[in-house]
Parts: sequence; C-alpha cells; structure tokens
Amino acid sequence: MLKRAIIPKPTTALDASLDWPGAIHRALKAHRVRQVSYVPDAGHKRLIELCRADKNMAAVPLTTEEEGIGLAAGAWLGGERAALLMQSSGVGNCVNTLTLAANCRFPLLMLITMRGEKGELNPWQIPMGQATPETLKLGGVRVFRLAREADAFSRVSEAAGVAFDRCAAVAVTISQRLIGIKSFKEQR
Amino acid sequence: MSAALHRRDVVKALLRDRGDILVVAGLGSSAWDCTAAGDHPLTFPLWGAMGSACMIGLGLALAQPRRRVLIVTGDGEMLMGLGSLATIGVQRPRNLAVVVLDNERYGETGMQKTHTAYGVDLAAAARACGFVKARVIRKSTEIAPMRLDVYRGRGPLFLQVKVEPDSPPLVLPPRDGTHLSRRFREALLGPRAR
Repeated sequence: MLKRAIIPKPTTALDASLDWPGAIHRALKAHRVRQVSYVPDAGHKRLIELCRADKNMAAVPLTTEEEGIGLAAGAWLGGERAALLMQSSGVGNCVNTLTLAANCRFPLLMLITMRGEKGELNPWQIPMGQATPETLKLGGVRVFRLAREADAFSRVSEAAGVAFDRCAAVAVTISQRLIGIKSFKEQR
Repeated sequence: MSAALHRRDVVKALLRDRGDILVVAGLGSSAWDCTAAGDHPLTFPLWGAMGSACMIGLGLALAQPRRRVLIVTGDGEMLMGLGSLATIGVQRPRNLAVVVLDNERYGETGMQKTHTAYGVDLAAAARACGFVKARVIRKSTEIAPMRLDVYRGRGPLFLQVKVEPDSPPLVLPPRDGTHLSRRFREALLGPRAR
C-alpha cells in the first residue's frame, strides 16, 4: 500500500499541539458535527480513524466526493450537521453539486488535503491541485487555509462557525507541507 | 385493457395519506409528479444537482432514524448517482426507501433512451449493493404492497416502477431553494430550525 513519507503519529498529551487530526476532530465535536463523510486520503487517515471510532458520529465512506454534498444537505434538512473530507482532486468532482449549497443555502464544511503543491512527486496531481482554490471560489465556497499544525483547532473552528452560523459553503485546504509528501515507496 | 403504469397515478397512490413521511424528489418529472400529488413542506424537490437525490435522502435518514424517508426519482437521475446505492448499502438505513419511476427515457430533454432501455438492471445493482429488498414493479396490483413496503418495510428498499413514457402536464413546485429548505426544516424541526 502506498503511503506518504510522513504520516502523523498518534500523539501523547505532551505534544497534543502537533496532533492536527486530533485537533480537527475536537473542533468538529465542538461544533456538534454528527455525520462525517469521506473519500479516503492518506492525509486524512487519522482523522477518518478518529471519526469512525467516535460513537457520536456517523462515518460515511463515499464512492465519489460530490455524494458528500448531498449527504450534508440531507443532514441539514434533518437537523444534523455534517462535514466532508476529501483530497484536492475530489474538488473537481464536486463542481455541479456545489450549486446545491449555493441555491439552498445549506451549510457545507469541507476539509481538503492538498495535492499538487510544492514537492508533489506525481505530475498528474498538479493541474487539479493548482486549480483547487479557484474552483472552490468559483463554486461560491469560502476558502480557509491551514498551513500550521498549531492552527488546526482554531482554523477549523472558525470555518465551521462560518458554515453553520451563516449557512455558508466553506472549505479548509490543508497544506501538503503539513500532511507530508507522498514518496511512492512501499511502506507499512 | 392496458395494464401499463402511469407515473402520476403511481406517485399519487404512494403519497396519499402520507402521514409524517419525509420525501426527496429527484429533479424533473419526478418532482412534478410529487407536486401534482400535493405540494407539501416535507417534500424536498430538486431543481438541479442531478444525481444527488439518494444522498440527500441518506443524510436525512441518518439524521431522522425514527421517520420514514422516501426518495422518488427517475431512471436518468438514478443512473447519474449510481455510486450512492453502494454508499447507502454500507449504511443500511432501515427507514429509507428509493422509488425509481423508470420510463427508460430522459423525459425533460427530448425523451432520449436511458441505459435502462438497453437492459441495464437498476434493481439488480441495488440488490448487489446490499438493499434488503429490490424489486421491479410492472402491474397495478403491485402498487398496494409497494406502498406498504415504503411506509412499513425494513429498509433500505429499492422499488423500480416501470412506467409509460408519457408527459403529463407540468405541475411545478416552488423554485427558490432557500425557501424549500427553510420550510422543510421548520415543518420537521419547529423552533429548532432557527
């Protein structure tokens, strides 16, 4: 199985500030997010594990990212809050479905791990990665950037606040530097 | 005597005395059919985002496990969101039913044939994805048992109704998506919607 060279390790209490997936999970809890859908990405590996282990969250694996926008809309209609985890390549799959959030003013919170940034070793990831922020903005999505581990809780909390309090579509793009560069070497 | 089913009759029979069921209507003819059966705050009709009807139904079913959730959509809309059958198959919500009005046509764009006209079997796909029951319905005598399934049966259920490729008069729901989502939430959640 291919994994990134730098995988965030489960942390002890002492270096909790470095456990950015844990901090994002806490931010989602603080904002009462109950449905978390995802197309897996190595960068989201630990956050997916945390959400799957959380008895107060429904973890919903998707076949393609735009399914998560429909799920978030249905959750909101039913009185629950949702978040959608994906890799930047998935943003391209979402374009038409984003109109659901724009037309119906559903809250939409997307957490997007970036590919195609500095150090990317797969050239096929670069076009979509480069186009990701603009694609989101054209789709009416407000974009927040998470580049430092220490900011994970506050940045995701801020984005969730905008999404749920103002019924807006919001994305947090998580820097490839933070996640690590996929090495294309076999790892276990 | 023609035994062929007509979409308007099927949807009217399904939504008569609808109790507290929550309905998501796929865009196009399915939404007009649901509106013709009676515009209702607890019906969420789509005007776009084709392929999303089943996923909206899933989010709703997970959020409201004590309520029945019915998705009414067409074969074209279902084909665009085929992956959502697999996603529903993982969650297996007991309170969810999908009714596909299958006229084997793209009714809003000139009646071009869909994949089902060429033999693609949606019910078999749903069964393979883990739906508890997935059936093709062709006769009027099957409508009453189908209705019972939708309101009482253990889900997820997939009911593919073969209907005539007719074009009944347009009966349009409100168009404003914000209005549609607000009225749905207020009817379902009351003060909690605000």
